[in-house]
Amino acid sequence: MLVTERERFRDELHALADEHGHDRAALLPILQAVQRKHREISPYAMQVIADLLGVHPVEVYSVVSFYSFLDDKPKGRFIIRLCRTISCELAGKQRIARQLENDLGIRFGETTPDGMFTLEWGNCMGMCDQGPAMLVNDRVYTRVTPDMVADILQECRDTFGLHATHTEEEHVV
Amino acid sequence: MKAAHEGPLTFTKMEPNAGLSAALAISRAEVIAEVSKSGLKGRGGAGFPVGVKWNLAGAAKSDRKYVVCNADEGEPGTFKDRVILSDYADLVFEGMTIGGYAIGAQHGIVYLRGEYTYLRAQLEATLARRREEKLLGKNILGKKDFDFDIEIRMGSGAYICGEETALIESLEGYRGEPRNRPPFPVDTGFIRQPTTVNNVETLAWAACILAKGADWFKGFGTEKSTGLKLFSISGDCDRPGVYEFPMGITVADLLKEVGGEDAKGVQIGGASGHCVASSDFGRTIAYEDISTGGSVIVFGPERDMLDVAENFLEFFVEESCGQCTPCREGNPKLLEGVRMLKEGRCSMAYLKELLALGETMQLASKCGLGQSSPNAFLSIVENFRDEIMGRTPVQVN
Repeated sequence: MLVTERERFRDELHALADEHGHDRAALLPILQAVQRKHREISPYAMQVIADLLGVHPVEVYSVVSFYSFLDDKPKGRFIIRLCRTISCELAGKQRIARQLENDLGIRFGETTPDGMFTLEWGNCMGMCDQGPAMLVNDRVYTRVTPDMVADILQECRDTFGLHATHTEEEHVV
Repeated sequence: MKAAHEGPLTFTKMEPNAGLSAALAISRAEVIAEVSKSGLKGRGGAGFPVGVKWNLAGAAKSDRKYVVCNADEGEPGTFKDRVILSDYADLVFEGMTIGGYAIGAQHGIVYLRGEYTYLRAQLEATLARRREEKLLGKNILGKKDFDFDIEIRMGSGAYICGEETALIESLEGYRGEPRNRPPFPVDTGFIRQPTTVNNVETLAWAACILAKGADWFKGFGTEKSTGLKLFSISGDCDRPGVYEFPMGITVADLLKEVGGEDAKGVQIGGASGHCVASSDFGRTIAYEDISTGGSVIVFGPERDMLDVAENFLEFFVEESCGQCTPCREGNPKLLEGVRMLKEGRCSMAYLKELLALGETMQLASKCGLGQSSPNAFLSIVENFRDEIMGRTPVQVN
């Protein structure tokens, strides 16, 4: 990271602490904001946040490593979480899983080489009556069928990157 | 959403803020007395009497108290809170405000699970509107010295944070690991202050009770499980969705309503609940019989119950916070055991050891997650024993 970039990032973290507070209870909101914008919480970010809140950086790391929506390594622009819980299993999640792997060319737990997609399992997302369900970032898709997978992926590509055709999508951050 | 009887759900029929107005017209003690009289118990699944909780928090001495709404709906097969938050958020906020008045709190916090981030903007807009309408903020509805406001805090994908002390740890910026109890949150909760943690549905019912009276609520359900309850129905049935039923409904009646009469088993209470076989469909869903937070997952006649047990145990292996040994080490052992059963490599002696391990986990785990994690496995082994032993391994791919 360039020095100027690093300074800008530090200022950003200071602003977040000013917004959410400098006490320990502000830790998760700050981390969530960093995750949202940068899609990872880097060791540098953890160090600065620890200083701001007056805790040891390891404390921050222990929190980041605990929550499955916080990552200490970069992930794709779009994180796809397919629900692996029982109702979605009964509804046929396995075929969706296979199709996602086929269309993305990666396995679960991996990120596409272009950094666009990360594929993960998610636990129950409260769409049990409309399974199989999956989350793409904050957006939820229900009653997914294998042939919908390619369209959903294309929708994501269309909203981000060089070939984006529209960018008003709110789930792209 | 569908009601048990013809017609709309109770929540739809409620007059906005009737409960809050009624509460502010009487004393704090009278509000708590009314909730106690209704017999309302926690709708998240644990079934703790709401009146008792509010009374303890109300009696605790502190000038800062908190009302927390547990919207970390993570139990597999549960989605009623999502529907309530989408369609009846006002009722939940009304219930929180009533709770704030009853216990003498100024601060409300909704702990919304990360998976429901898409609901947040809408909820914030509802809160903003309520502030404009003087339903939140200073001197609510002209009541002198009653100030109360609500903020939304997000979870980050941890099932365990639905446990109330883990939720509080998470709010304080720590790993979501459950605390030892006592002390209970009602005296030592968020930042060591008296705190009530109530489920989304519980708060909505509290608002209904204040509006319509405890006697109206007690008119439904059984003596020990009063009132109505929302159920999240999924799995192998014709009409899945959210339903409103009185407590004490039999499993068979429920299955008839949702079109799942041919089920061979029903998981009641989500992954941490029990699997009920068809011979027990005459039992009732109530705190004194089969207790539940409202999750009902129907398994059709073709389902392999070991697949079901495997799915639940994979869930617990992943979601165990890792703090206490019985839960952290026990769940992987049970999962391994289910896989041995699936492959037909499990002796009866070893199965008995697994059952004993399950019972140990129920006794020795620190929190509700660990204590209830073996339930599904134990009940499936008990109820479907003839289909799980002596299997021939299936060649996969």
